[in-house]
Order: sequence, then structure tokens, then C-alpha cells
Amino acid sequence: MEPMSDMSGIDDICERHARRDAPLLPILHEVQDRFGYISDAAIRRIAEALNLTRAEVFGVVSFYHDFRDRPARRRRLRVCRAEACQAVGGREVWAAAEALAAEPDSPFEVQAVYCLGNCACAPSVQLDGRTLGRFTPERVSRLAAAKVGRSCTP
Amino acid sequence: MHAVMKPATRVFVPGDSSANAIGAAETAAALAQAGAKVVRTGSRGLYWLEPLVEIERDGRRIGYGPVAAEDVPALLAAMQNGTAEHSLCVGDLDRMLADQGQQRWALGRSGVVVPADWEDYVAHGGTDGLRKALGMTPQDILKAVRESGLRGRGGAGFPTGVKWQTVHEADNSPKYVVCNADEGDSGTFADRMLLEGDPLCLLEGMAIAALAVGAERGYIYLRSEYPDARRSLEMALVAARANGMLGDAILGSAQAFDIEIRVGAGAYICGEETSLLESLEGKRGEVRYKPPLPAVRGFLGKPTVMNNVITLATVPAIFVQGAPAHHALGINRSRGTLTVQLCGNIKRPGLYELPFGVTLGHVIDELGGGSASGRPVRAVQVGGPLGAYLPPERFDTPLGYEEFADVKAIIGHGGVVVFDDSVDMAAQARFAMEFCAIESCGKCTPCRVGSVRAQEVIDRITADDNREANIELLRELCETMIQGSLCAHGGMAPFPVLSALNHFPEDFEPRTAAA
Repeated sequence: MEPMSDMSGIDDICERHARRDAPLLPILHEVQDRFGYISDAAIRRIAEALNLTRAEVFGVVSFYHDFRDRPARRRRLRVCRAEACQAVGGREVWAAAEALAAEPDSPFEVQAVYCLGNCACAPSVQLDGRTLGRFTPERVSRLAAAKVGRSCTP
Repeated sequence: MHAVMKPATRVFVPGDSSANAIGAAETAAALAQAGAKVVRTGSRGLYWLEPLVEIERDGRRIGYGPVAAEDVPALLAAMQNGTAEHSLCVGDLDRMLADQGQQRWALGRSGVVVPADWEDYVAHGGTDGLRKALGMTPQDILKAVRESGLRGRGGAGFPTGVKWQTVHEADNSPKYVVCNADEGDSGTFADRMLLEGDPLCLLEGMAIAALAVGAERGYIYLRSEYPDARRSLEMALVAARANGMLGDAILGSAQAFDIEIRVGAGAYICGEETSLLESLEGKRGEVRYKPPLPAVRGFLGKPTVMNNVITLATVPAIFVQGAPAHHALGINRSRGTLTVQLCGNIKRPGLYELPFGVTLGHVIDELGGGSASGRPVRAVQVGGPLGAYLPPERFDTPLGYEEFADVKAIIGHGGVVVFDDSVDMAAQARFAMEFCAIESCGKCTPCRVGSVRAQEVIDRITADDNREANIELLRELCETMIQGSLCAHGGMAPFPVLSALNHFPEDFEPRTAAA
């Protein structure tokens, strides 16, 4: 991730999307992809570029679950909590994931998600952007034990 | 020594994200290492057999599944001995789909073709529907869609031809075609499968809609949870433009049409059409008052066709096979096929594209093979998180919009989630309201506040605190949400709750310490 200290990157993104119809969401996605989160300063800059109020941009950022206002932990585990996963043990996977995130200095950020479209191979999680199926609490525990780099999947 | 395949043998392995989630990529790598010519397709939807490998022999494809990477050497050794016999052999998959009673209108090419590969698409009938439509007037296209009986597969079941006619007649321009690919219902994955397995089919359906209504611009609003579908759609857009299906002239016609993908940002409510439009316009995804309908005032206030992925992907086949052939399938006012997505606690989870009229029980028992756990099936939620829970006594209900409404249930987008007898229906009811609260856009009070209060009331019921009075209060609250909410989110979240109360009242009884 690039550090967000320099706002010229934000200007550059706004400039490239400026001529599209309703460019705010694509801009926010790109800012977050590039910098990892959307800071107050970035919101200010985007509002200026699009001739919107800060409140309007903040309102959009805060509405959507995907957008974040601070950097994420190193690893990201999204766990599906919806019905199709519940029917085959999803609640237990979620409980294990919460415990994983609560460990001291855990590198894992655990987020609830409601359906990854992997329902026929549930329970589902997404680990660092990769969807994994038929997940179990035991595999969550193995993640905890491994505490290794991104390449490792349980 | 490892078995090595004849290099000419083509082996088909799904690159579908669900198949990859349970090891298809590793299986494909093992096959490639053994010298097979691996072709990555989408999924056939037979997910209990994934990773499902198809090996080409004498021009026929023979299926094997599930094939883990570890199974590859033994499978290849069996092939080497010149025999197709193997314990994992499941035979000809087209035949299996036919035996299940599947009729693939929307998903006929998924799992068969290489996604976004133009030549493969055309070789398997791609663009045939569009070419037929190009020879027709907009009025005739609209007439065909009306006569096919096609209704919106996103859940609302609104007649597609009527919607298109409204946009066609609207005296305002420009007009837009927007595809709702914000498939958020738990238990559904038909859109994802189509987008990953046969994305060009969606683009073709959108082009036909554009011809019918006179739109030059289309949008696909895709949920961010589907990154693989995004990649596949982007490739399809490149292929469609390079081959003239999109651009200044749809396949050489006088009409221009192009499509842009817009990615959502994790909000279930944006599957609701007016909320989607707000989001597409770069705003908070709060629902709009209706009327005006999006067909009259949609994206940027202009007339907009808004359809679900499967609705649009069914359109090309309607033009190939003819509107009467589509209308001939189904029952009463539900014509054509429903992409049933069967999952939860079930032996054979997957996608079954079936003519309307098949009973729920047939899907669960005959096709699904009953529960995966071997315990009795106790409840089935149909139509996503806003759909009712049905007990086995209702399994004789035929799949159909009105038929399900008659038993106070919905078909929705066709998701069927099966629970065995270990399910706690009070917990499921509470979850329905918890989900409603988390994903409420906050615009109307019945949904925003009602869903939070309902959780509190359910907690009091399960704690045996003034139980009878609180059950009555919960029912009244549900009625208020149904009558007073602006959109289906708050208006239908009570369905799972009321169905749990009505069909499974024992789960709301005081719990004994032993239980």
C-alpha cells in the first residue's frame, strides 16, 4: 500500500474518473485499493475535486461496509454469517474466527460478510481476498497456529 | 512412475470461484503437470461433484468427480489403461442434467464453454438470439418477450416484456439498460455462476434489451464480493467489443450500445432496484419512493430497464427457441425455468435449472438426496433472507410465484436453503431481524427501528419474559413493518419471522434446562 501522506495520488485518481457519469464510487474504490483506506484528508480532497460537500462524500464512505477509515491489519478474514452457511456449521466458524482476531497481536482482521455466493460449498470464508469453501473451526485454528505469510492457506 | 496423458487429450476443469474454493485450481495444476491440455471452463452447477473434471474421449466428454489433486495420478493411470472405468466416473454430464429434468435456458453454456472466448461462444449458439432480434422491429421484440411469459428472476417476478414496453414508450432520452448483478441473497449463486461461466450471454441479453427500448448505454452493477465475476465480465466486454457485439453498431446494425461495469461496495440493500440506482449515481444506497418506477425515471432520472442477470441471460435463448417454446414450460403464470440454487444441509447441493411447477419436495428429496447430515429435514428457507421458512408439510408446493404466495412464501431469486432437525427456529427468526437491521438503509422507520425492536422482543420471548404478550407484540410489529416499510427489505424481513412462529411454535416455548 502507498502511504496516504501525498494527496497528489488522490487528485490523479479524481482526474481520471472526472468525465464519467457519477464517478464517486469508482473513485473511492480506487483510493482504497491504492492506499488501503479513505482518510479524512482524502475525503476533503475528493469533495473538492467533485464539487461535493465533505458531508456528502463522508455519507457515502460511511454507508458502505467495504469502505474503511483506517488501515487494516495485515491479514483479512471475512466469514460468511448468512443462512446457507449457518445450516452447515457457519456459526462455529464465525466463533472460531472471532477468537482468532481477539488473540493478542493477532495479524488477522475478522469481518462478517453476508454471502459470498459460495453457498453450495459452505461454510465460506474469504482469506486475503481468496474464497475458501467447506471451512471448519479447525482450519481457523490452523491459521492461528501458522501465523505466517500470505501464501499459506489452511 | 507417474502416469502421463496423451498431449492431445483435452481436460475440462472449472475455474468457477466455488470450484476453486474447494480445490479445482490445484486439481487443474496437477493435471497440467501430468501433460494434459487443461481447459478452464465455468461450472456445470453440480457442486457436490466439484472439482468436476471432464475428459474428452472420441469427441465426447466424460465426467469425473469430485477429483482432488491427490486423485489425479490414479485417474490418469486408469485412463492410460484405455478404460474410462473409474470409481469417480459420473458419465456424460449432459445426460445427467437431462435425467434431473434440467432445461438450461440461461445456463446452457456454463461449464461447457471457455468463459468470454468469442469463438467458443459463437460455436455454441452465442449471438444466434441477437441476430434473430436484429431482423425484427422493436415492437416485435417486445411482443416476443411479452409472449414468452418471462418474469423478473431477481425476485419480484414482474413481467419483463411489460417493463421493456414502458421504457420503449417513455418520451424521454437517453435510455439505459441496467443489469442488477448485486446477488446478495444467502443461498443464491446463479448470477455468479453465469457471470463466471458464460458472461457473453448476459451481454447479448442486454444488447437485445437495448434494441427493444432504444438504449445506447448499459451498466452492470456487480457486487464487490464477486471479484472473479468482475474479471470474467471485463474479458467478455473486450471480446464483445472486438467482435462488434458492442460498440458503435451492434453486429453491424444501425444501433450503438456499450456497457460499463460498476462495482458495489458491500451493501445488501443495493440489490433493491431504486437503492441500486442511487448507488450507481454515486450516492448512499438509500431506497427511493415509488412511483415513479425506474422504467419511467431511473438512472439519472431517465427511463431505465432494470433486470436481474438471469432474466437478461434467458432472453437470447427465447429468441433462438421461440417465445412459444418458453411459454410452453411451467405452470399458470410462472412460465419457463427457475434456476433453483439448492444448498445448506443437503447431500447434492447445486444449481438446477428446472421448469416451474416441480414441487419443492422433489427438489429436496429426489434431486438433493435429503440432508447431508442424514438427520430429518426440518425447515427450508426459500427465496433468500427475506423468504419464509417452510416445514416438510409444505413440500408439496409447486415452484411458482403465485403458488408460493398462496402458502405465504416467496420464490425470490430461487435460493433453497435446507436445515435439518438441529435448527433452532427462534434463533433463525432473530437472525432475520438482525440481518434486516445491519443492512437497513435507514430511510424508513418501520425497517430501521422495527428490526432492532423485533430482536429485543424475540429475546424476551426466548427468555420466557411475558411470553404470550410478547409474541402478540412481535406479530403486530411484523405487520407494521410489512405495511409501513418503503421497500421489500423491511416489508419482507417479517416473512421468515412469522413463518417460524407459525410453523415452528414449539421453538418459541420456554426451554428446559436440559435442552
